[in-house]
Amino acid sequence: MGAEFVQLSLTPLLIAVLAAVACALPGNFLLLRRQALVGDAISHVVLPGIVLAFLISGTLATGPVLLGAMAAAVFAAVLIELVKRVGKVEPGAAMGVVFSSLFAAGVLLLEQTDTSGVHLDVEHALYGNLESLIWLAADGWHSLLDPAALKRMPTELFRMGAVAILIAVLTVLFWRPLKLSTFDEGFARTVGVPTLLVSFALVVVTAIAVVAAFDAVGSIIVIAMLICPPAAARLMTNRLEVQVVWSVVFAILSAVGGYVLGGYGPLWLGSEYAVSAAGMIATVSGVILLCAALWGPCRKRIGEPVAS
Amino acid sequence: MWDAFLKALLFQSGYNASLVAIGAALLGAAAGSCGTFLFLRKRALVSDALAHSTLPGICVAFIVMVLLGGTGRNLAGLLLGSAASAGLGVFVVHWLSTRTRLPEDAAIGAILSTFFGFGVVLLTVIQSMRSGYQAGLESFLLGSTAGMLFEDALLIAVGGALAVLFVLLFRRPLALTSFDPEFASTVGVRVGAMDLAMMLLAMGVVVIGLKIVGLVLIVALLVIPPVAARFWTDRVEFVMLLAGIFGGLSGYLGAAISASAPRMPTGPIIILVGAAIFVLSLVLSPRRGLVVELRRRRRAQARLLAGWPVDPQPDAASAPQACVRGHLDPSR
Repeated sequence: MGAEFVQLSLTPLLIAVLAAVACALPGNFLLLRRQALVGDAISHVVLPGIVLAFLISGTLATGPVLLGAMAAAVFAAVLIELVKRVGKVEPGAAMGVVFSSLFAAGVLLLEQTDTSGVHLDVEHALYGNLESLIWLAADGWHSLLDPAALKRMPTELFRMGAVAILIAVLTVLFWRPLKLSTFDEGFARTVGVPTLLVSFALVVVTAIAVVAAFDAVGSIIVIAMLICPPAAARLMTNRLEVQVVWSVVFAILSAVGGYVLGGYGPLWLGSEYAVSAAGMIATVSGVILLCAALWGPCRKRIGEPVAS
Repeated sequence: MWDAFLKALLFQSGYNASLVAIGAALLGAAAGSCGTFLFLRKRALVSDALAHSTLPGICVAFIVMVLLGGTGRNLAGLLLGSAASAGLGVFVVHWLSTRTRLPEDAAIGAILSTFFGFGVVLLTVIQSMRSGYQAGLESFLLGSTAGMLFEDALLIAVGGALAVLFVLLFRRPLALTSFDPEFASTVGVRVGAMDLAMMLLAMGVVVIGLKIVGLVLIVALLVIPPVAARFWTDRVEFVMLLAGIFGGLSGYLGAAISASAPRMPTGPIIILVGAAIFVLSLVLSPRRGLVVELRRRRRAQARLLAGWPVDPQPDAASAPQACVRGHLDPSR
C-alpha cells in the first residue's frame, strides 16, 4: 500500500466508488417505479449524443459532451413517450425500438467520423477507461497534501465527485416528494406534490449520473450500478431509508471488490495481466445480487411464506 | 453510389456481398416472425437480456476450444457456447422474477449488465492468453460481415428456416399464449411450454444473428419489425407475416446499402432501415397512424365548434369482441 498504490490505483478506485454511488442512488427510485430499464436506455442513447457533440464542437471537452449527451437523453425520453402515446405501443417495446435505433445511429455516425485523433470508439463507450485514470504526479500518500500534485489529478475524479455529491444532496433535499410520488402517485398529487415534475427530474438526474459515469467508467458499470445494488437492497428490507443505505453499501462493495479483483486478482493467481476492472465491478454486483436473492431476509413478495 | 447500391441489390457486387445480403434477409425474416410473439406477450426486452448474456458463453467456448488445441474460431462452437450462456441468462431472469419480489424489468437489467460485464472480463483474459493473440471476438459485439464464409451463410439460412417453420406450425398455441394465457391453458395449450418455445426461438435468432448484427443490436431486429407490423393489421397471422417481410427487407436493403459505400457497418445500417420502416408505419398507417389521427382530431374539433354531435369512436361498434379468433384488441 505504498506510493505505487496511490499513483496507479487510488484515483481509479475513488472514481469507481463515486460513479457507483451516483448511479445507485437514483436507481433505487427507478427500481420501485418499474423504470429500471430507463437507465439502460439512457446509457445507449448517450453514444449518438456524444458523437454529435464531437462533430459540432470538434473537441471532447466536458462541456459540449455533457450537453450533447443530455440532449440525446431528453430527446430519447420524449421519443419513447411519443411512440408509447401515438402508436399505443407497450412501454418495453417502445423503449427497445427507440434506444436500439439511436444506438445504431450513433455507431454509424462514429464510423463515418474521423475520430482517429481523439479517444472515442464503441469499445471505449462500453468498457470505459478506468485503468487509465492514473495519478502520475503522485509519489506517495503525502501527495494528497501537495497542491502541485493535486492539481494534476485526473479531472474525471473531481467531475465524478461533484456529480455524486450533487445527487446525494438532491436525494436528501427532495426525499419526501420522491418517496411519496414513488409509492402513491395519486396521494402525492392530492397533497400537492408535482408528480410529473418529480418523474421528469428523476430521469434528468439519472441522465446526469449516467453521462458523468459513462465518460469515466463506461456503460456496463453504469447499467449494473443503476440496477444491481438497488435490486439487492430491495431484497434486504421493506423500508426505503434502509434500502437506500444498503444500496450505497452494495455499490461501494462492488466498486472496491471489483476493482481489486480485476486489478490484483489475476496477479494472485499467477497471471501477469490484469483483467477489465469495469467488467469485474459489474460481475461483483451481480454476485451480490445473487446472494441477496438466495438469502436476503425480504426476498419474497409480501404474503408469500419466507421459508422456501 | 446509386450504381453500387443497385448492383448490390441485384447480387452483382461480389460473392461476399451477395452472401451477406441473402444471410441478412433470412435473418431479418426469422427475427421478425419470431419476435412477434415476444412483443405480443409484452416481453420484448427479455431478448435484450438474452442477447447480452451470450458474450460470456462465446468467450468460454473460445477458451475451451483453444485449450483443446484448436484455433478457437470455429463458428459453430462459438455459437453453441453463446446459446448455453444465453439459456442460463434467461433462466436466471425467470427465476429472479418469479421466485423473488424483483419485477421482470429489474431482473432483465441486472442479468444483461452482469453477464455482459463478466463477458468483458473474459475478453480481457483472452487478450492476455498468448501475447499478440488476436481472437477477434469483439466483432460479435456489433457484428462483422467481412470475410463471411459460405458455411456461415448456410448456418444462418438453415437456422432461420427452422425458426420460421416452427413459428408457422405452432402459430395457434403461440398466439393464444401471448394474448390470454389463462384462456389458453383452459383449452389445453401448455402455456409453460409455449413460453419456453418463444424463448428458444428468440435464442436461436440471437445466436444466428451474432455474426451479422452483433449482440448489442440484435434486440432491435426482434422488436422493431413486429412493432411496425402491428400498425398495419389487427390479425396475428398478418402481423407475423408482415413482421417477417419487414425484417427481411431491412436485412436485404441494409446489407445492400452497406455494400455500396465505405465505412457503412452492416449491423447498424440494417437496424436503421428497420427504424425507417417503423417511422413510415407510425406516420402512414391507415388505422393508427399519425396522419389519420391528426385528421380525425381536427374533424372532431370542427364538429364541436360547429355545434354538431361528435362522431362515436370509430370502429367501436365493428370492433371484434374477443381475441380468440386471432383478432387483436384494438386498444392494444
